[in-house]
Amino acid sequence: MSENRIKKAFEKCKNENRAAFMPFITAGYPDIKTSQAIMDGFPKAGADIIEVGMPFSDPMADGPIIEAAGHVALKNGQTLQKTLDMVASFRQKDTETPVILMGYYNPIYIFGVDNFLSEAKKAGIDGLIVVDLPSEEDDELCLPALKAGIDFIRLTTPTTNDKRLKTVLKNSSGFIYYVSITGITGSKIANYDKVEEAVKRIKSQTELPVCVGFGIKTPDDAKVIAKHADGVVVASVLIKVLGDSLENKKATDKSVNIVLEIVRSLAKGVRQAR
Amino acid sequence: MENKSLKNSLKNGPDENGNFGVFGGRFVAETLMPLILALQNEYEKAKNDKTYQAELSALNSTYTGRPSPLYFAERLTNELGGAKIYFKREELNHTGSHKINNCLGQILLAKRMGRTRIIAETGAGQHGVATATVCARFGLPCVIYMGATDVERQAPNVFRMKLLGAEVISVSAGAGTLKDAMNEALRDWVTNVDDTYYLIGTAAGPHPYPAMVRDFQSIIGHELREQFLKVEGKLPDAIVACIGGGSNAIGIFHTFLDDREVKLYGAEAGGYGLEVENGHAASMSGGKPGVLHGNRTYLLQDEDGQILEGHSISAGLDYPGVGPEHSFLKDSGRVNYAPITDKEALEAFQICTKLEGIIPALESAHGLAQVIKLAPTMDKEQTIVLNLSGRGDKDVETVGKHLGVEL
Repeated sequence: MSENRIKKAFEKCKNENRAAFMPFITAGYPDIKTSQAIMDGFPKAGADIIEVGMPFSDPMADGPIIEAAGHVALKNGQTLQKTLDMVASFRQKDTETPVILMGYYNPIYIFGVDNFLSEAKKAGIDGLIVVDLPSEEDDELCLPALKAGIDFIRLTTPTTNDKRLKTVLKNSSGFIYYVSITGITGSKIANYDKVEEAVKRIKSQTELPVCVGFGIKTPDDAKVIAKHADGVVVASVLIKVLGDSLENKKATDKSVNIVLEIVRSLAKGVRQAR
Repeated sequence: MENKSLKNSLKNGPDENGNFGVFGGRFVAETLMPLILALQNEYEKAKNDKTYQAELSALNSTYTGRPSPLYFAERLTNELGGAKIYFKREELNHTGSHKINNCLGQILLAKRMGRTRIIAETGAGQHGVATATVCARFGLPCVIYMGATDVERQAPNVFRMKLLGAEVISVSAGAGTLKDAMNEALRDWVTNVDDTYYLIGTAAGPHPYPAMVRDFQSIIGHELREQFLKVEGKLPDAIVACIGGGSNAIGIFHTFLDDREVKLYGAEAGGYGLEVENGHAASMSGGKPGVLHGNRTYLLQDEDGQILEGHSISAGLDYPGVGPEHSFLKDSGRVNYAPITDKEALEAFQICTKLEGIIPALESAHGLAQVIKLAPTMDKEQTIVLNLSGRGDKDVETVGKHLGVEL
């Protein structure tokens, strides 16, 4: 327990007076080997924390890009076990970079919560973001995860008012993920000032780092958000670039580098923010 | 004594968190949590508001045409040679199905909450038509999400919705059926939280929808109790309804849950048969509990927890889940759920049409097929009521195709 990788990562960024950069990859997209290579390349390309998407047949909070990637992964035989294996393999090469799994509850529920948590711990997973588990359902996975020493990272949104925020913060750990828009992944941020205001509002109520995701597409977007937020999450644009690099739906020898190149430029944006 | 029986009542659900036993709940993204909490709050208030109830009741009688008749299906009874068969004729309602009961209740709520835009998902298009109808009646813009496959097989309903002023958005993700329409409606809701009311059409989804939709549909069972006592001087021996999400079924079952002498039967969509992988939509007979679309309930899913598409000839039953209260009633053993195949439903559809001069919806034909199995095994003094939940005009083309007739 002494080695809380998430905490350490944020401390390191704080010492460097910058926000943390968190890229996302859908496990098994376009195939397991390519997604593994991209994940393995993330830290060197500037990732402070890595988010790994667990594919789900019905991702209600995701836009068409991430949904389609998940469906491709599933079609290629991706399973929750294989996603755990992917992280375990990463962990053998990198013992420092925190890994967060992001997805929906049903595959975990069917895997079995206790079984999942012990496998996740073994694989070296540091935190979970489960979109369809609000505070009202904390008994399902949040509390067991905290007990197992895995952070449960909660989403807060523009609809989370001050009263609601207290409920949301109650069993949150690791960091707070502020969803910059009401909408699905891959949408566009309409108003940066409002995001800044929301980040400040949340920070006034918690000691936890506050990170922002949904709608960050360019190094310039990242730069603006990273001025005030403790972390910046980028997902859809990476999956889109990866998708565009495919030939006949298959990865080419350039696919991994094309994604990592974007990650480098986004990481640079984050580092230039302050 | 009375308190004790109340404690053991099957009608007590859900609890304050929306749970029917282990089923139900509120498995939604945080963005939607404040919205469903506000809805729950407003619904609780409306339930006890006499003005609201009076307005709903007036619309039910003058707009929908309630009470719906209880009809003795004499020729079908004679043909099957067993129990007396009655139809609760929800297909005679305005818009042609039970769906209007729920839509009127919810549109009045949406109005109370000051919502100015209505969205809904639809499978067969019956709920879409009912939603578009109440939106026209109350002058609210309406967007209906419908799977691309369903748009094709329920073309008449698509045109009806458009005539009523609704925008129909065809959803091509997945198999293009009800599940995909619901995903897309949820995405719309999460995006347009400020002005939009999501008018869910079945007794499923996050709390309070399953309980609320059930309450609006329970008028079916309440009327039936009164009508049946008048005609037969007793309660029916059996009640049968088809189950997709299960709103017509819970609507007719609910008031009878504690009358244990009344046997309750739910007809699930057996498609090509339960033995055909992904070839049916019988989530309780052929699935297992999981979490989707805001609630824990029986789902069709693979061993990795990925949701299957399912199949049914009937677009209204073609959904891989079921309302959480049905899952609870299945596990409690109170309701007997069994699959009816496409073929059995098609046969029942034709029998009813020929013998009674009533064209049932393919959904309701599943219930009818269950009745056809059941009635001959019962005595002539016994009685069965079928919830004839919808009319089949919309299905004539589909049925024609299956019978090899080009229209």
